[in-house]
Amino acid sequence: MDLYEYQGKELLRNYGLETLPGIVAGTPEEAARAAETLGGTVAIKAQVLTGGRGKAGGIKVVSSPREAEEAAEQILGMDIRGHTVRRVYVEGGAEIDREFYLSITVDRTAKRPLILFSTEGGVEIEEVAETNPGAIVRLRVDPLLGLLPYQVREITFAAGLEGEAAKGVGRTLTNLYKAFEDLDASLVEINPLVVTDDGRVLTLDAKVTVDNTSLYRHKDIADLHDVEAADVQEQRAQEVGLQYVKLDGDVGILGNGAGLVMSTLDVVAQAGGEPANFCDVGGGADAEKISTALDIVTSNEQVESVLFNIFGGITRGDEVARGLLSAIERAGITLPIVVRLDGTNAEEGLKILAENTPENVHTEVTMLEAARRAVELARDGGG
Amino acid sequence: MAILVDEGTRLLVQGITGREGAFHTGRMLQSGTNVVAGVTPGKEGQDYEGVPIFNTVDDAVEETGANASVIFVPPPFAADAIFESLDGGLSTLCCITEGIPVHDMMRVAGYIKGKNATLIGPNCPGVLSPEKSNVSIMPGDIFMPGNVGVVSRSGTLTYQIVNELTQREIGQSTAVGIGGDPIIGTDFIEILGLFEADPETGCAVMIGEIGGNAEQLAAEYVQSEMSTPVVAYIAGFTAPEGKTMGHAGAIVSGGESTAEAKSEALREAGIRAATNPSEVAELVAEALGQA
Repeated sequence: MDLYEYQGKELLRNYGLETLPGIVAGTPEEAARAAETLGGTVAIKAQVLTGGRGKAGGIKVVSSPREAEEAAEQILGMDIRGHTVRRVYVEGGAEIDREFYLSITVDRTAKRPLILFSTEGGVEIEEVAETNPGAIVRLRVDPLLGLLPYQVREITFAAGLEGEAAKGVGRTLTNLYKAFEDLDASLVEINPLVVTDDGRVLTLDAKVTVDNTSLYRHKDIADLHDVEAADVQEQRAQEVGLQYVKLDGDVGILGNGAGLVMSTLDVVAQAGGEPANFCDVGGGADAEKISTALDIVTSNEQVESVLFNIFGGITRGDEVARGLLSAIERAGITLPIVVRLDGTNAEEGLKILAENTPENVHTEVTMLEAARRAVELARDGGG
Repeated sequence: MAILVDEGTRLLVQGITGREGAFHTGRMLQSGTNVVAGVTPGKEGQDYEGVPIFNTVDDAVEETGANASVIFVPPPFAADAIFESLDGGLSTLCCITEGIPVHDMMRVAGYIKGKNATLIGPNCPGVLSPEKSNVSIMPGDIFMPGNVGVVSRSGTLTYQIVNELTQREIGQSTAVGIGGDPIIGTDFIEILGLFEADPETGCAVMIGEIGGNAEQLAAEYVQSEMSTPVVAYIAGFTAPEGKTMGHAGAIVSGGESTAEAKSEALREAGIRAATNPSEVAELVAEALGQA
């Protein structure tokens, strides 16, 4: 789960990371009032769950409440990489001496936390990795031991820091690691991490992603989930425990098992079609779950045909067929549906479907044939 | 022969009285697996379909000589169950549980390094050696004994491909679901190494997907270390960036995590790569000279 900058900063402050004073605003008027409260030069920063807001014009530095109001007027409602800006963060200014990059992520291969530190702050780390790889220090932490003092020193020495600044950056790293562990984060990123003219170490921007599987033990963070920012279908799927991802195409896709569904999407694309979504209904033949999934998939108005790809494993094909028929009836779908049923008792299942199928339901034996058929039907439907 | 599980496997089921644990214990017994014990804290003295239940792994091992465990414990308690099995001296662990926090798994992965044990999963369908031992939730009916080793990050995609192999009368030595999570106990490379060393395995199938770079590392390994032919398939070419596609570990986050980057690595390593699941069986038949 991704958090907004202002949410991430609030969490990190609890771990002793220092930030500039800031106020969240949802309207230009609120932004003006916030600028007045903070005083002096302030930054108006778009709050979106995606990167690249600076380049998109989502950050403006202003020096009066009136300018703050104007800037917020421009930024609010802006679309940044498909995300609508509904809030801005009004934040005080600072005299910056040096800028760094600091992040902790999960290194899947090493199976350990990975610390990345770069002397080039304020730039995307991928860019630095290409243009100046020598600026980046990488360090893996043993999760059983935690971050060790010598590792902190490795970073501060590599950064060429001395005195108070070295201590400050070291303290920030130690605190950030504590936050990473405590919050069950899969990413904490501070870019830039700045040292001010007067030697303070500040978290100027913060990106915090919390591991979804850990949210059961972080109810306070789970409550931060922004329902309004979520896609309608994705939100509904999440509420009923379905794995659903919306895409841009017109062939709705459902199946059992993440790998099989991903593969189905690929096969539809190979057949010249465009998948409208990913939807994994999981194991079993629960008619209610399948009908909810069908309802969510077809509530996307772009969908012209539906491909249902089922591999009967422990759940036998005949049971799947019965569940599916009842689900189609329950959801009242009139769009063309292609059902591909394979695996245990697939023949019996196909027979049941053949005997009882409504007109809009077509059956196929192989994945490839089913994909071709669904793509054709989507074209016919789309005109 | 087979890898990881065989006739010598004496299985312990952790979470045997839960809904999933009980259901799949029944199925594993039906397919002839030697299930010797179950563990559910507080239920010692009871039994499930004749399998004695113990409070702790230590008790179960002492009484029954279990040497492998399969874990059906819910996510908040699953890491603890893995630690208990590791400390109990079990050498093969299979964790079926989906949804274990990543930080828990990093601690498990750190701890297991000092142990002489193999953890398969989590978030996996388990391990099955046809007609020898079934330590999994896989549908046993679609398998037949033979010489193809299958290793996969996905459950149903494995069933799909195994089913097509069986339809062509190409049997399997062992099928291993390594799991769809970002942090898993055992990666492709380790399983491919076991297949390479297994005289019965004449061809290996590797089923990968988006996320991480395990497929690239495996490709290098196949090229430099393996003489057994390998057929691969990668899913997720149409996955958008930044979205989790069902499996917690199936997420495109730039660079090496895309399906394109993975299949490029396979091509460069000279590995036969199928463009759809059905083609896998064809390529395996070719590799075995049975086309």
